[in-house]
Amino acid sequence: MSGSDLLLISIFLPLLATLLIPMFDKWQNIREAVTLTAAVLLLVTVVSIFAKFTAGETIETSSFEVLPGLPLAFDVEPLGMLFALVASVLWIVNSLYSIGYMRSHDEPRQTPFYMCFAVALSSTMGIAFASNLFTLFLFYEILTLSTYPLVAHKADEKAINGGRIYLIMLLGTSMLLLLPAIIITAVIAGTLDFAPGGILAGKVDDTVLALLLALYAFGIGKAAVMPVHFWLPAAMVAPTPVSALLHAVAVVKAGVFTVIKVVVYVFGIENLTKTGASDWLVFVAAFSLITASIVALTRDNLKARLAYSTVSQLAYVVLGAALASSAAIVGSGLQIVMHAAGKITLFFCAGAIMVATHKTEISEMVGIGRRMPITMGAFLIGSLSIIGLPPLGGVWSKWWLGVGAIDAGHEWIVAVLMISSLLSAAYLLPIVAWGFLMSPPESKPGDRVEVTEAPLACVVSICITAGLCVMLFFGANWVESKLATMDFGIQSGATALIEGERHGR
Amino acid sequence: MMTQLPALQVVIPLLASLFCAFMKRGTVAWALSLVASWAVLVVSILILQQVLESGPISYAMGGWEPPFGIEYYVDKLNAFVLLLVSGVGAIIMPFAKRSVGTEIHSTRQPYFYTMYLLCLCGLLGIAITGDAFNIFVFLEVSSLATYAMVAMGKDKRALLAAFQYLIIGTIGATFYVIGTGLLYTVTGSLNLVDIAGQLDSVNNTRALVTSLAFLTVGISLKLALFPLHVWLPNAYAYAPSFATVFLAATATKVAIYLLIRFFFSVFGAGLVFQSLPVSEILLILSVVAMFGASIVAIFQEDIKRMLAYSSVAQIGYITLGIALANSNGLSGGIVHIFNHAIMKAAFFLALGAVFYRIGSVHIDHLAGIGRRMPITMMGFVIAGMSIVGVPGTVGFISKWYLAAGAFENGQWWLVFAIMISSLLAVIYVGRVVEVAWFRDPSGATLEARDPPPAMLLPILIFCAASIYFGIDTTLTAGIASQAAELLLGGLR
Repeated sequence: MSGSDLLLISIFLPLLATLLIPMFDKWQNIREAVTLTAAVLLLVTVVSIFAKFTAGETIETSSFEVLPGLPLAFDVEPLGMLFALVASVLWIVNSLYSIGYMRSHDEPRQTPFYMCFAVALSSTMGIAFASNLFTLFLFYEILTLSTYPLVAHKADEKAINGGRIYLIMLLGTSMLLLLPAIIITAVIAGTLDFAPGGILAGKVDDTVLALLLALYAFGIGKAAVMPVHFWLPAAMVAPTPVSALLHAVAVVKAGVFTVIKVVVYVFGIENLTKTGASDWLVFVAAFSLITASIVALTRDNLKARLAYSTVSQLAYVVLGAALASSAAIVGSGLQIVMHAAGKITLFFCAGAIMVATHKTEISEMVGIGRRMPITMGAFLIGSLSIIGLPPLGGVWSKWWLGVGAIDAGHEWIVAVLMISSLLSAAYLLPIVAWGFLMSPPESKPGDRVEVTEAPLACVVSICITAGLCVMLFFGANWVESKLATMDFGIQSGATALIEGERHGR
Repeated sequence: MMTQLPALQVVIPLLASLFCAFMKRGTVAWALSLVASWAVLVVSILILQQVLESGPISYAMGGWEPPFGIEYYVDKLNAFVLLLVSGVGAIIMPFAKRSVGTEIHSTRQPYFYTMYLLCLCGLLGIAITGDAFNIFVFLEVSSLATYAMVAMGKDKRALLAAFQYLIIGTIGATFYVIGTGLLYTVTGSLNLVDIAGQLDSVNNTRALVTSLAFLTVGISLKLALFPLHVWLPNAYAYAPSFATVFLAATATKVAIYLLIRFFFSVFGAGLVFQSLPVSEILLILSVVAMFGASIVAIFQEDIKRMLAYSSVAQIGYITLGIALANSNGLSGGIVHIFNHAIMKAAFFLALGAVFYRIGSVHIDHLAGIGRRMPITMMGFVIAGMSIVGVPGTVGFISKWYLAAGAFENGQWWLVFAIMISSLLAVIYVGRVVEVAWFRDPSGATLEARDPPPAMLLPILIFCAASIYFGIDTTLTAGIASQAAELLLGGLR
């Protein structure tokens, strides 16, 4: 099969699942089998694209002009490839987890749940492989619309309100800021194709450039840069598998992925470094990074705390993009992968605790480690990865971001990274410590606490993602080498610099 | 045969309406209307083909040569409008049988179809004729038929709505005649092409400007330009479902065509937009419509009425495109005529199906309807996404053109205004979606299910169209931008 066919398959395969799922409404097992099969086939497809891509093939579809200058087209570049790999691997794990979670929670309307999930994955693939801004925007909006029903899934007052905030914030920012930015880019640059070195370079003056960047940075609401982050805590009313895959991986990563794409292929990092148009965004991202961590400290609801942690971790990626040095961009790319593995583990654990003990508040979780040792063990691993400690994947992204900050002449960012790591230790580790070291309030000291883990499907998924966090520590070099092949459109000297840094470490 | 196509376009529905009036049974009248509608569609497709292949068609009615006889003149712009009107008519006819069957008393059904066909004839006539007075005749034919159709609504308030529309519509028609009369006194001609040719040598600009003013106001009443829209919400809300679908998708669109025709082909963009502040006035009214009507729509309890206000807002988009008077803007306006027609048809058809099942479209009665009538309400959602302007739907295409046009004119604030007003659409559509899918069904809704295929199919066709033409735009945006280039020729 040719590469372009595979690209189209990766987008249409989940859509096919969307059509098949309602046909098996009455037969739950077959319905779930459809989701799992689609997930496995999608991974096979993405891996074969990856094999072709590493073999040096250029993979692109022919473009279809929707309007003059607005083509619908897909191709493969390193960052998108990684994003697609992450999303498709985690979809399998998450589907497994969903089955355990949704059934033991006895959730209503599971058929539309799995349908929307499949549409969301299809649009994630579309975002990952989009070869121009218009195609990316199309799938970006579909992703918002397909995840809205998942957020409001519970259909009670709280879920409906959460859904409202989610829809209005995400559609609002994308329509009010992102779309005008795209239109202005199209009129000024005459094209929307992603090109190494950027399409805006040398076409607009510095002020307009900075303003456009602002439209993009806040218009891409999914990246949750403060103050457009409110939708993310609101989205936590969704069932936990949704929070895990979509609001820790697919949706938010689609946001920061778009930010990186725009910075690298629309603005061009050399263009940004020269004009300094992204300097202000460094401060905004640093602010967002610290503030969200502090807010996370104050949240007692576990999912809410994780949501603010996500806001903070996403700011790392935006920070890397704003630094606009090639090392920082590599750090951002790594952060997308590392945070995905770490945060999905944490959400899986939160969901498992909810299923097994019906507890949602951290203050109720004292001694939970004795009841659910596997879950809390995984929680520890995920936490350490988020904090950025070896031997877990999270350490590398922080490392590269630090190197990138020094490259870009923002040494103070290193201090910000340190403080933020300390803060994340402060909001994550007490949960584990209280969980393991204290005994549950309902049992007398010295009593044997009965182990009550979540359903097997959930526990297995948790172990897989926790294992992934460890593997990524050792596999980071491999991820970096893929990211370093990104075409930044700058002189070979700078590219050699990254190569040198990579080998020198 | 091929040369007689322009005449057939209006003669077929006219004759069919005559026969319909003598039918005893509604079903027979429906079958006759169905055949006539499809025949009309075939004719309009053939005309469009001919225009695209060999340029504008001029047809002398009864063999009387223009400018003295009545000339039917078809270029790309009105061939497009003809296709739109006849296409909508043909696609929605299968829906009519059950919908009209339940909403209108069986003895009156043949008359209803008579009125529908007359209205179709009038609208096609306005679009096809190149004679100013003939336009007036067709305008009255379609309007009178519309009043009657609206008055046949089940609700008692339908009578009042029809009466209100009658008064306002008549004022509009009178203004139109006065405008035409003034044009006649300065040029001595009623043929649009002929008038346009003579205007350069007209010295009496005061009469000309007065004529333009009367025509603009008269036509604006018909197309429901804010603040001349007051008749529209009541008429749409209380008319029978089928009539609402047809009128919302076609009637205002034809009036907009007429405005474009007078502005660009007759008076010329130079006079209208460069010597007079028409652009500024139209721009402000359009923006007020986009905001005002959308905000009012948010607070409506009756969903048909909500969509009626949404129509007023969407018409604002189209007139905004006219006011921008550049290539992108006008293309956006013209393509939105088509795009808005298909999404509103889908909307009102879905509501018609809901009304057929539960006998109400009040928001309180729609709780959980999405779970009971999933396909119908998916249609509503897709139409909703179009009206919001989600990429991949027709609404996005219109919005892209309009925003690009505004940006080119240097009116960047308009870009944001367009976006904010579509965000208002998110609110009024989202409100219905929330109730329909996230509330538990009760009462009549419990028993509801999707309507039979004949009613479902038209909904699906319009939904498919609103996605298809959002991706493949060669037909819609292609023709619209060609027509815009042609119309703007006068500016350069």
